Amino acid sequence: MDLKNARKDLGAGAVFVAFGLAFATTASTYEVGSGLQMGPGYFPLALGGILVLLGVLIAAKAFVSPETGELGPVPWRAAALLVAAILFFGFAVRGLGIVPTLFVSVLLAALAGPKVRVVPALVIATSLTVLSVVIFIYLLQLPLRLLGPWLS
Amino acid sequence: MDVFDNLLLGFETALTPVNLLFCLIGVALGTAVGVLPGIGPTATMAMLLPITFGFDPVTSLIMLAGIFYGAQYGGSTTAILINLPGESSAAVTAIDGHAMAKNGLAGKALATAALGSFFAGTVGTLVVALFATPISQVALQFGPAEYFSLVVVGLVASIALASGSTLKALAMIVLGLLLGTVGQDLTSGVPRFTFGQRELFGGLNFVSLAVGLFGVAEILRNLEHGVTRDVVVKKVEKLWLTREDFRRIRMPVLRGTGLGAVLGVLPGAGHVLASFVSYSVEKRASKHPEQFGKGAIEGVAGPESANNAAAQTSFIPLLTLGLPANSIMALLIGALIIQGITPGPNVINDEPALFWGLIVSFWIGNLFLVVLNLPLIGLWVKMLTIPYRWLFPAIIAFATIGTYSLGLNAYFVYSIAFFGILGYVLIKLGCEPAPLLLGFVLGPLLEEYLRRSLTISRGDPTVFLTRPLSAALLALAALALTVAVLPSVRRKREVVFEEEDA
Repeated sequence: MDLKNARKDLGAGAVFVAFGLAFATTASTYEVGSGLQMGPGYFPLALGGILVLLGVLIAAKAFVSPETGELGPVPWRAAALLVAAILFFGFAVRGLGIVPTLFVSVLLAALAGPKVRVVPALVIATSLTVLSVVIFIYLLQLPLRLLGPWLS
Repeated sequence: MDVFDNLLLGFETALTPVNLLFCLIGVALGTAVGVLPGIGPTATMAMLLPITFGFDPVTSLIMLAGIFYGAQYGGSTTAILINLPGESSAAVTAIDGHAMAKNGLAGKALATAALGSFFAGTVGTLVVALFATPISQVALQFGPAEYFSLVVVGLVASIALASGSTLKALAMIVLGLLLGTVGQDLTSGVPRFTFGQRELFGGLNFVSLAVGLFGVAEILRNLEHGVTRDVVVKKVEKLWLTREDFRRIRMPVLRGTGLGAVLGVLPGAGHVLASFVSYSVEKRASKHPEQFGKGAIEGVAGPESANNAAAQTSFIPLLTLGLPANSIMALLIGALIIQGITPGPNVINDEPALFWGLIVSFWIGNLFLVVLNLPLIGLWVKMLTIPYRWLFPAIIAFATIGTYSLGLNAYFVYSIAFFGILGYVLIKLGCEPAPLLLGFVLGPLLEEYLRRSLTISRGDPTVFLTRPLSAALLALAALALTVAVLPSVRRKREVVFEEEDA
């Protein structure tokens, strides 16, 4: 068989087995209990086991009738920039306040677009920051500070 | 109280100025995201959930529901004008609707879609009003064992009707159930899978999960190739139908409405299925089947009515059983829980104003949609010119602010990134994200019912099989699963479902 064709199924199987194992092993450190007196570990341990089983079945199916089809390109740069934008927001919003944080995050996100240049990205970041502040802070009255303690 | 009194209460609730306003905002937003490819109703509703937090429960649900059925209308507009269904259930409309537009009959096609949808939406609303009370009365008799089995049926049936591999969908459900266990255990108070982080004690945030899976993952999909759209801005004229047209669409609209009302109740993608079935029925019933695909008005009227009737009746399992039929309904469950309302058969008795107000708002929303879509069609066509490079940073901005504002918790924001990447990887590997969201929402309920049933039965697991109603429900789940893996059904399913709405 051609391993290349089976990549989707093998990959999905591996992801599920990994998650199943992680949940099941962690769950077994909690009190499992019995059917009558279920401990906090019971339900996740059972589900973790089922997930491992399903993951193995999916991977096994790859050898019988794999789900074909190209994986297609992966937008690595865009993915990295979007993750950076989101993480930066979570990390900085309390300290920097909403205005600078949002500006940086939207700028990072805008740079993830195809064939984007710096000046248009700055324009996008500025306009969206203004728009969001108007909508969320002035219209919806969210209790977020415009500028945070790191700047004062 | 009979249906009439209930509807009266509904009108009283839905016709308050605030509720009217947010119904209008909801359907307008829905139409907008239905028109714009690259952003779907699920992501929009997830982003707006935090904003609705401060509203009255009924106002928030009226708006969120409006986004859903508004998107059905918007999706057909782009399907007809530029052959690009903004929403999966509009894929069939594109066949004959776009053909009509090419023949210079775009106005006629849009009018057919809007009027058919309005009629179907009205009937669908009535069906919900008539059947909701009896169904929830049956459900009130359920014990924990029946509820456990009911949730299992809901989960399994949702994958039987969805696209893609059944095994993978099952695994996605289980992964969703597991993610739902993160946080403090309700019974013992033990924190589970929190890595000792206090911020995770309350569990993973539902909005982060939905925004990550349906918003961020979808953006990454779109950035793979760089979205390019041909903007064909046409002038739309002659927005009215002749007497002859009315005669031709009468039966298709009626049949489509009937089909949609029935199929919409099914879990999974009932409204997508309805529009496909309606199209093939109309083609078979027509005296001129050769016109189909070349601009047959029946091919627009039937499917459009079907998907709109289905959009309304898909609220039945949600409102009567607390069981979400698809990812959009799962979001509405999330909205209810955020508002402190336990979804289930009790809603109709405990919150009659919410229940009937929401149902009546469907009808009012459908009325708004006719007005929004026919005279204001030019506005939506203009919206198509918004470039994607503006759209996706806006999604990121709204998603992060909204999620953060939920609990001023940075972990809610971090988990958007985590679920965005996880969702993208899994979609790449051929797994649909919707079952994961359903599993996540229903996971805590499933564990709770399992525990309660086993406590009542003194740890005897056969309780699920010895109680007849529970056994019947589980048999139904087994049947649905068997049918889903049968090769002949599989092949048909693959033809019918191209892609679940994002």
